[in-house]
Amino acid sequence: MGSFELICPAGNPAALRAAVDAGADAVYLGFRDETNARNFPGLNFSRPELAEAIAYAHARSVQVFVAINTYPQAGNLAPWQRAVDDAAQLKADAVILADLGLLAYAAKHHPDLRLHLSVQASAANAEAIRLYREAFGVRRVVLPRVLTVPEIARLNAEVDVETEVFVFGGLCPMAEGRCSLSSYATGLSPNKQGVCSPASHVRYEPRGEALASRLGGFTINVFGAGEPAGYPTLCKGRFVPGGGTSRDPAYLFEEPTSLNALALLPELKAAKVCALKIEGRQRGKAYIAAVVGAYRRALDAFERGLPVPALDLEAMVEGGAQTTGAYTRAWR
Amino acid sequence: MKPTLTLGPVLFNWPAERWRDFYARIADEAPVDAVVVGEIVCSKRAPFLAPVMDEVIARLAAAGKEVWLASPILVGSDRERAAMRDLVESDLLPVEANDMGALALLEGRRHAVGPFINSYNEATLSWLAGRGAVAVSLPAELPAASVAVMAKTGAALGLSMEVQVFGRAPLAISARCYHARAHALHKDGCQFVCANDPDGMPVSTVDGQPFLSVNGTQTMSHGYLALAAEIDRLRAMGIQRFRLSPQDLDMVAVATAFRSVLDGERSGQEVMAELRGMTTVPLENGFFHNMAGAAYADAPAA
Repeated sequence: MGSFELICPAGNPAALRAAVDAGADAVYLGFRDETNARNFPGLNFSRPELAEAIAYAHARSVQVFVAINTYPQAGNLAPWQRAVDDAAQLKADAVILADLGLLAYAAKHHPDLRLHLSVQASAANAEAIRLYREAFGVRRVVLPRVLTVPEIARLNAEVDVETEVFVFGGLCPMAEGRCSLSSYATGLSPNKQGVCSPASHVRYEPRGEALASRLGGFTINVFGAGEPAGYPTLCKGRFVPGGGTSRDPAYLFEEPTSLNALALLPELKAAKVCALKIEGRQRGKAYIAAVVGAYRRALDAFERGLPVPALDLEAMVEGGAQTTGAYTRAWR
Repeated sequence: MKPTLTLGPVLFNWPAERWRDFYARIADEAPVDAVVVGEIVCSKRAPFLAPVMDEVIARLAAAGKEVWLASPILVGSDRERAAMRDLVESDLLPVEANDMGALALLEGRRHAVGPFINSYNEATLSWLAGRGAVAVSLPAELPAASVAVMAKTGAALGLSMEVQVFGRAPLAISARCYHARAHALHKDGCQFVCANDPDGMPVSTVDGQPFLSVNGTQTMSHGYLALAAEIDRLRAMGIQRFRLSPQDLDMVAVATAFRSVLDGERSGQEVMAELRGMTTVPLENGFFHNMAGAAYADAPAA
């Protein structure tokens, strides 16, 4: 087992250069359309930008993975198939896919293209992972954020596939690729359009001293005077469990918090996890440089058996709060 | 071909006796052709149903219902994996797979693909058919244009295609139990508080607007998805199976109402009016009409 690979996000060419320069082993990114799960305005890569990105990264021995991880629309498969063709032609090091039909397409038409299974495929058990391996030759699986570290260890003991796990950034409390909450509130979904709680449907409403954040027709949170108003990500909003106004509003699904699994590096190593992934393709280059740099220093120290330096990323985590999420059983 | 009316699995934590009695009445009185049974949301609940499972299956089979066993939605823990393997290996009844792990174990056997496996397009359908699926239940969020393509492709592949036409839309599944969390409990010590809410725990916005429904680790729509007025259109597309998801109301009456639309005896609009009289929960059809799932398109285009 070699060193952990550090897999870093890039939402635009500047962020990619920042990630490469800060010590990423691989950068993942997507095309500027609905074919990837971070289809936000102003983000992602054109074909020429991808070509340049790959040249920049490869010149520095950094790999580039292209996420094509939404579910192709029935009757309109071409944009997704073209994305796979173009990623292969531009010599991406891997494509990250979720859809069964698209995996079949990639395996058939590009037998030499390395396939990674996206977290959006929500493959959480050895049986499922073996199927993706046998049917499509998938080489790596990005594990959904639903497993504890001991469960990941048992899984890795059973499958002949590399596993990659998220260690830092935004936290999906739901099994990825199996969530239609956004679609229910706005009509746009992570699976279909690559958007979660889309900005086009967000509104902020002053209410006296307070500020309400709304998504589609629903109020997702109300912030008191002086309370920092976060983005209305649906599963990180305040709701009233029990219905009506029977109880105080609460962060029913998850608080605004960021995943940080730095403290779990020894356990993740013992669990034979191959790659560690940082979330945040929507983030700017300053954030990417800071987070990637901090994780690079931490991993380098860890691999040499030295004390792991603290990340000093308080300013970078959502709501100033951090969690190890599903990796520890207490989260459940 | 005569359309099939399917009753999906009970998703809520009903006491075993109530669960058994519910299916006894379905067997005797409900005009459904197929019944899918099993605890698919939470592996902790499954042991409660085990003692009455055989009796329920026998009763449904004796009534001439096509009985399927549903596999769990989220399979990660050892307990969940064991349950999934037992289900497939028992080989008693055909299985509806709701996770790729179950699908893996079902190779070479007649099986259905449930709505929790992501079947969004014709290429995926083709792959599933190639592995031996005989029926595919489509995810609730698919809009009409996608359903039409899927129905056509499915027919060409010999798949029997299904759409959910009644009941809360399943929206998300998690490793975390939100029922327990709302009661300041942990999943491991949940005290089975989900049993307090036989139709799910209502979740409203801070403004008191009904929004979602929590069912343990599952999050569902507050409103009942209801596509009675769309049945003729779905049939014209080639959809052959119509799924009702059990809620805490008279499901025999719901099934009878949908059967009457499938049989051409009553209009979908008439049945929508009847459903509105049976519940205070709003009826929704937004997903199908390419709107927010929570929306209702008042006059669905023909």
